[in-house]
Amino acid sequence: MSLLELDDVKVHFPVRKGVLFNRTVGHVYAVDGVSLKVEAGQTYGLVGESGCGKTTLGRGVLRLVDITDGEVVFDGTDLAKLPEEEMRRYRRRLQMVFQDPLGSLNPRQNIESILSEGMAAHGIGKDQDERRERIKEILAKVGLPTNALSRYPHEFSGGQRQRIGIARALVLEPDVIICDEPVSALDVSVQAQVINLLEELQESMGLTYLVIAHDLAVVRHISDVIGVMYLGSLVEEAPSDALYAGPKHPYTKALMSAVPVPDPEVEDRRERILLQGDLPSPANPPAGCRFHTRCPWAQDRCAAERPVLTDVGDGHKVACHFAAEIEAGTLELTRPTGIEAVTETKAVAAEGPDADKVAIPAQSSGDQPAEKKAEKQEQDSAEADALAKADALAKADAPVEADAPAKAEAPAGADEAAEADALAKTDDVPPADDADAGKADADDADAPESDASGAESAKTG
Amino acid sequence: MALLSVEELSVTFTAKGRKDSTAVDGVSFDVDQGQVVGLVGESGCGKSVTSLALMGLLPGKGVKVGGRAEFDGKDLLSMSPRKLRDMRGSQLAMIFQDPLSSLNPVVPIGVQVTEILERHRGLKGEAARKEAANLLDRVGIPDPTRRLKEYPHQLSGGMRQRALIAMAVACAPRLLIADEPTTALDVTIQAQILELLKELVDQEGTALLMITHDLGVVAGLCDQVNVLYAGRAVESAGRRELFAHPTHPYAHGLLGSIPRLDAPRGEPLSPIRGSINDRIAWADGCAFAPRCDYYTMECLTGTPELTEPRAAGHQVRCVNPVLPKPKAEVSA
Ligand SMILES: Nc1ncnc2c1ncn2[C@@H]1O[C@H](COP(=O)(O)OP(=O)(O)OP(=O)(O)O)[C@@H](O)[C@H]1O
Ligand SMILES: Nc1ncnc2c1ncn2[C@@H]1O[C@H](COP(=O)(O)OP(=O)(O)OP(=O)(O)O)[C@@H](O)[C@H]1O
Ligand code: SF4
Ligand code: SF4
Ligand SMILES: [Mg+2]
Ligand SMILES: [Mg+2]
Repeated sequence: MSLLELDDVKVHFPVRKGVLFNRTVGHVYAVDGVSLKVEAGQTYGLVGESGCGKTTLGRGVLRLVDITDGEVVFDGTDLAKLPEEEMRRYRRRLQMVFQDPLGSLNPRQNIESILSEGMAAHGIGKDQDERRERIKEILAKVGLPTNALSRYPHEFSGGQRQRIGIARALVLEPDVIICDEPVSALDVSVQAQVINLLEELQESMGLTYLVIAHDLAVVRHISDVIGVMYLGSLVEEAPSDALYAGPKHPYTKALMSAVPVPDPEVEDRRERILLQGDLPSPANPPAGCRFHTRCPWAQDRCAAERPVLTDVGDGHKVACHFAAEIEAGTLELTRPTGIEAVTETKAVAAEGPDADKVAIPAQSSGDQPAEKKAEKQEQDSAEADALAKADALAKADAPVEADAPAKAEAPAGADEAAEADALAKTDDVPPADDADAGKADADDADAPESDASGAESAKTG
Repeated sequence: MALLSVEELSVTFTAKGRKDSTAVDGVSFDVDQGQVVGLVGESGCGKSVTSLALMGLLPGKGVKVGGRAEFDGKDLLSMSPRKLRDMRGSQLAMIFQDPLSSLNPVVPIGVQVTEILERHRGLKGEAARKEAANLLDRVGIPDPTRRLKEYPHQLSGGMRQRALIAMAVACAPRLLIADEPTTALDVTIQAQILELLKELVDQEGTALLMITHDLGVVAGLCDQVNVLYAGRAVESAGRRELFAHPTHPYAHGLLGSIPRLDAPRGEPLSPIRGSINDRIAWADGCAFAPRCDYYTMECLTGTPELTEPRAAGHQVRCVNPVLPKPKAEVSA
């Protein structure tokens, strides 16, 4: 049996409205039926674009958000239904490393205090001396000097802070570490240090990782198995090398073809599948295959019937009705991916308010005759409008609104707005200090994550 | 002559009660008509400050700017604010990483675009509106007439960046400065925007100064690449030359530390040790010395000169450049 097994996990957030926010007007289907297995000692990498539900899934596993439905079986126990009391015992064994190391470390606590807090809460070490010894060992493991103990988070560089974040997880002797964007806030030259560190620690301590990241190259580098998420569910899963060698889902193909490689030879030869439009809102996901509004191969069936993740051999799983036909090259494109198609898309755009179609010329598209083929996309405008509305809803909690009042004072006229903004940008603004807010809900000492409080209040609000 | 010629540009912030901090420390590069030039480097290496200096958008107080920056033969650094503003509307344009903060949130997109057309191209009323719709269409925004009535927050990140590009190219600028234009976007949207930029350069002959930390983006887009470290260009070369033969230890190390999508799994990365915080002042020697595997005592005798140790036009600021081993040594 696998160490961690997710079975049809769903996390839906209610969208509330009304003066008291007491009317539920819909749901954000952040995670909508994910099943996956993480083997002991291995790394499962979860990739996907912003908003596809990666973080929510990770938080769901740790029960930092409520699981709407499904099972999270860890070491034989379904965490999803565990009473909070019992869940505490499992918290220690499942740890999380966050993207923003500074935001998740309390600036007023020194490193010893940050690291020993969780240990004390979980009864690790009989006294502070014993804990300190253990912390020293871990600090050495993550490549920090012992004198770090009495220092504060701001005295460290980004990479060092991420090491502290990793140490904080390690002192609790977890079995599984969920790393949410562990390197995306770091400089390129420092990313590699942290990636290597994670790999070394896995080797020496037998750790199991669930790594969440939007950077496919990073995920490919460290993962044994990769799951590709789109709008709350997995569209493809395969061993790392197999996925790279032969992506089968249209979304994976597009995603992979879009990742820039630091090599002009590769860049000049590559065939790019350029997707049209933007990610639909998870508050109003398209019916059928969630990718059908952007898929270059979408057929009638795709809008009606949701494909399930199916094993097509050698542990390669894909959720697409037409994966075999696409691979065999027998399915014609129904949507342009290339330069010749621009005029056609415009014609479509003229037919109705279609938010989701944009054509941008591909780098090379010569050998795809199907592109010229007529396209039969009759996306009804009602759907597009609904999407737009849902989008606005979803945006309501985004920083957009918070920003507006401040910006409203900026001089009118785009030029000046840009200027004012440019000026504002040159200020070296220190990150907002919300560690207190983070602490408030950190009754389980292992999660003083900065946005945890936000999520809490959204939940209770 | 180059369209934009930057020579020994330096920017020092001189806030009261704080130590002077030099953000840009002698940066030189040229941008020719229709060329895409990349400024690449890690956070804090001075990319944005360089672009703001060129656009005349640095704060008026507490900043010392040195060196030269000539655009079409005219000195940008000594130009009057008024003249600079005219230039910015017509000849020079800039797009930023976060399109939302560069757009006015309380003014519909359409008004923001037509305003530019009215101010800089003298178009009025219906003509301006028509041209605005044209522009949005040009950058791939579907249903432009409807979009023109919308506010920035009603557009997705990718759409906003397109709108910003539309505004930037409204007056057919000769040089477009793009500061991390795709960093905030998802990779599939990034691919769309990069194609759009390429298309603009190809079709309009606009020169593009592309600022990014992403070497992958540079590899696909830039003709000429400048690698910055701690406020100085440490290596400059044509894109193929640079990626095939990274010669400065920093550039060399950077390429070795990036996980590549096309690299077989299991191949370890070779990180650069330390962080940008471990550096010395360029005046004392090579700023990269504390992190460098090739470091020798000579590295601490003032700023290393730019040399061309490998190929003509491939400039490297290092006393011990990374060169292929001489044949004799290899066989020995
Ligand atoms: N507490 C919450 N309440 C309501 N909606 C939420 C909440 N947390 C997340 N969401 C929504 O759920 C969706 C998935 O979010 P999530 O943070 O899991 O995405 P992600 O894949 O981690 O994205 P990113 O790459 O940007 O971190 C988003 O649309 C987000 O706005
Ligand atoms: N107004 C300012 N006052 C003081 N220092 C500043 C100011 N603006 C920028 N700096 C400093 O100048 C240096 C260069 O900053 P710059 O914004 O150019 O970096 P960058 O290369 O654009 O980095 P990033 O990739 O993070 O955008 C930084 O150390 C920064 O803190
Ligand atoms: S099921 Fe249809 S829409 Fe979905 S990925 Fe496959 S072909 Fe595309
Ligand atoms: S000058 Fe010296 S320290 Fe600097 S990069 Fe070259 S070898 Fe390294
Ligand atoms: Mg996330
Ligand atoms: Mg910058």
